[in-house]
Amino acid sequence: METILYLAHTEEDGSLSKAALEVVSAAKDLASGLSGSLAIGLVGRDVQAAADALAGCGAATIYGASGEAFAVSRYSTDVAALQALCQAAKPTLVISVADSRLSRAMPGVAQRLGGRIDTHLTGLSVKDGQPLATRWYYRQRMVADFNRPQRPWFLTVDAGCFAAYAGAPGQAQVQAVTPVLPVERTKVLGIQSPAADQQTIRPDAQVLFVTGAGWTKKQADGATHVPEAAALILGFLNGTKASLGSSKSLVDMGGEGESVLPFLTHLHQVGQTGSTPRHPKGLATCCHGEEPHVVGWRFITERRAVNLDAGCGWARGKADVLYVTDAFALMKRVNELLG
Amino acid sequence: MSGLHIVVCGSIVPDPLQTLEPVTTPAGPGLKNEMMLPAILDPWAGHALFEAANLAKSVAGSKVYLVSLGPKAKLQQVMMTIGQKAPFELVVADGPASGFTDAAEVAAELAAAIEAIPGLDKSQLLVFGGWQSASRGAGATLQMLGERLGITDQFQGVDEIKMQADGSFTVLERIEGGSYQLSSCAGTPAVLGWATGNLPEPPNNPQIGMANMRLIMPALQKAKPAKVSTGEVSFVAVELPKQVRETRVVKDMALEEMAKEIVDWIRG
Ligand SMILES: Cc1cc2nc3c(=O)[nH]c(=O)nc-3n(C[C@H](O)[C@H](O)[C@H](O)COP(=O)(O)OP(=O)(O)OC[C@H]3O[C@@H](n4cnc5c(N)ncnc54)[C@H](O)[C@@H]3O)c2cc1C
Repeated sequence: METILYLAHTEEDGSLSKAALEVVSAAKDLASGLSGSLAIGLVGRDVQAAADALAGCGAATIYGASGEAFAVSRYSTDVAALQALCQAAKPTLVISVADSRLSRAMPGVAQRLGGRIDTHLTGLSVKDGQPLATRWYYRQRMVADFNRPQRPWFLTVDAGCFAAYAGAPGQAQVQAVTPVLPVERTKVLGIQSPAADQQTIRPDAQVLFVTGAGWTKKQADGATHVPEAAALILGFLNGTKASLGSSKSLVDMGGEGESVLPFLTHLHQVGQTGSTPRHPKGLATCCHGEEPHVVGWRFITERRAVNLDAGCGWARGKADVLYVTDAFALMKRVNELLG
Repeated sequence: MSGLHIVVCGSIVPDPLQTLEPVTTPAGPGLKNEMMLPAILDPWAGHALFEAANLAKSVAGSKVYLVSLGPKAKLQQVMMTIGQKAPFELVVADGPASGFTDAAEVAAELAAAIEAIPGLDKSQLLVFGGWQSASRGAGATLQMLGERLGITDQFQGVDEIKMQADGSFTVLERIEGGSYQLSSCAGTPAVLGWATGNLPEPPNNPQIGMANMRLIMPALQKAKPAKVSTGEVSFVAVELPKQVRETRVVKDMALEEMAKEIVDWIRG
């Protein structure tokens, strides 16, 4: 019988993130599909509130590694804590969300426990009494279903693939584990976030708005219009609360000393060497829709593009609708209509 | 501070402009015409290499190694260009660079190759690589490698390292929602999985190329075969995405209509 251990860390306020709750659903489904047992392992400054939130999820035991050392995201302490939780629960399958903190730590834990790991799953089900994992290879170019015989088998699941667990909270009994703390050589000094009004990467937004190099190129009048482009883009973002993405060509210009849009960084880049965000809708503007960019759109459900060139990549089955027109004029009117 | 020993782990991937098609081979899934596809250095590993070269320049007595597990004939082709961009010593483990190989096995081979580097000072060691490959995209190999080498200060999604005179350093790691986590580390050894970093790709420099080539050819010749496989994984299916979109190309609609259509769609 499989013993499934779901691992999570608490947020600053002691709660679990929505993405973490999604993977609770995946772990529950896996446990019931395999007729296995489910245990929970929590890491954080104080894990009681998170344990209470999961009190009704059907876990046989909730283990916790808590204390100041685990309040922050740090490889050495996280690996020590997750290792101790695994040693307490003795799982055959270990599952967590693939967020930045657990993506950093889980492979190290797998190595310490002599296990194997598959990361960034986009699906997890049960087939013929075996777990069946789904993930993408070659930057979202092909998708595979697979299982493996080794145990413990560690699995991390991407955000947005399961409905978040929303069971009633209760009063949970947490079984404390005591990790062996490493010598602390790394100190977390803080988080650097753009000011709230300049935060343009919004993972939970309905719409992804992608800007391409065309916004900074010479237009029909032979001149560039970068300040106007900046105003149109920010106007749209303000009007829709969309998340901002960019092509590589546009973000690279910053490094090459060209005239650029000041609010764009490499973090906005979508594609082969950028991100693969997940949003219900995406609108691309002044971006050619080349394959290394469009692989980053794998998880954008509805796609539209605006481009002067009817022969651009988007026209070739990569977007649902391509508007062949000047994005400056069109987005100006769109912003006006958005009010 | 004495010189750093920076080991960059990175292999090759198919040029992203190529069309890829999965096929079944006796060794598990692979790519159609895999050995014929033009290859490039895995992009995030490439950023790691350029950051390593830049860092090595700023700390006297430092040395950069590029440790690559890949098919040596293809590696040789890629080294013709990469070898001109930054000074490094190449270490090759000859084996598949497939995305379907198992991260744990790759980590074991890389650890063996690194342990065998003559004169490598592990107390001065920084292990660099891409935070994910463009093939497997797992973001798991470096952590497992670090564990094998006994390195428990590890950072992923790194965009910046700043060395201090006392050998300590600060690191910026990408976290959720466009934010960074800033950490400080007491010093080497450490593992850093790089995202894009801050440096543009260096131009080709034939002089660096000449100097590197003297070491690249012997490294390729003495490459040891690496045993990596799909790690007993049973692949039930490997497929290209099924969804093909019928693009509606809108050309003759009035601007006002287009704008309305977009707004309705966004609000809908
Ligand atoms: C190893 C590697 C990795 C890569 N990784 C990525 C990646 O992660 N992400 C990525 O994006 N790219 C990536 N690329 C680059 C990719 O191949 C393209 O070069 C890039 O996406 C092009 O960006 P673009 O479409 O913005 O620019 P361009 O190709 O310059 O296109 C500009 C577009 O703007 C349009 N335009 C101009 N003015 C207007 C206007 N007024 N109204 C409407 N349209 C207008 C033009 O018609 C044109 O289609 C990678 C390439 C390689 C080799």
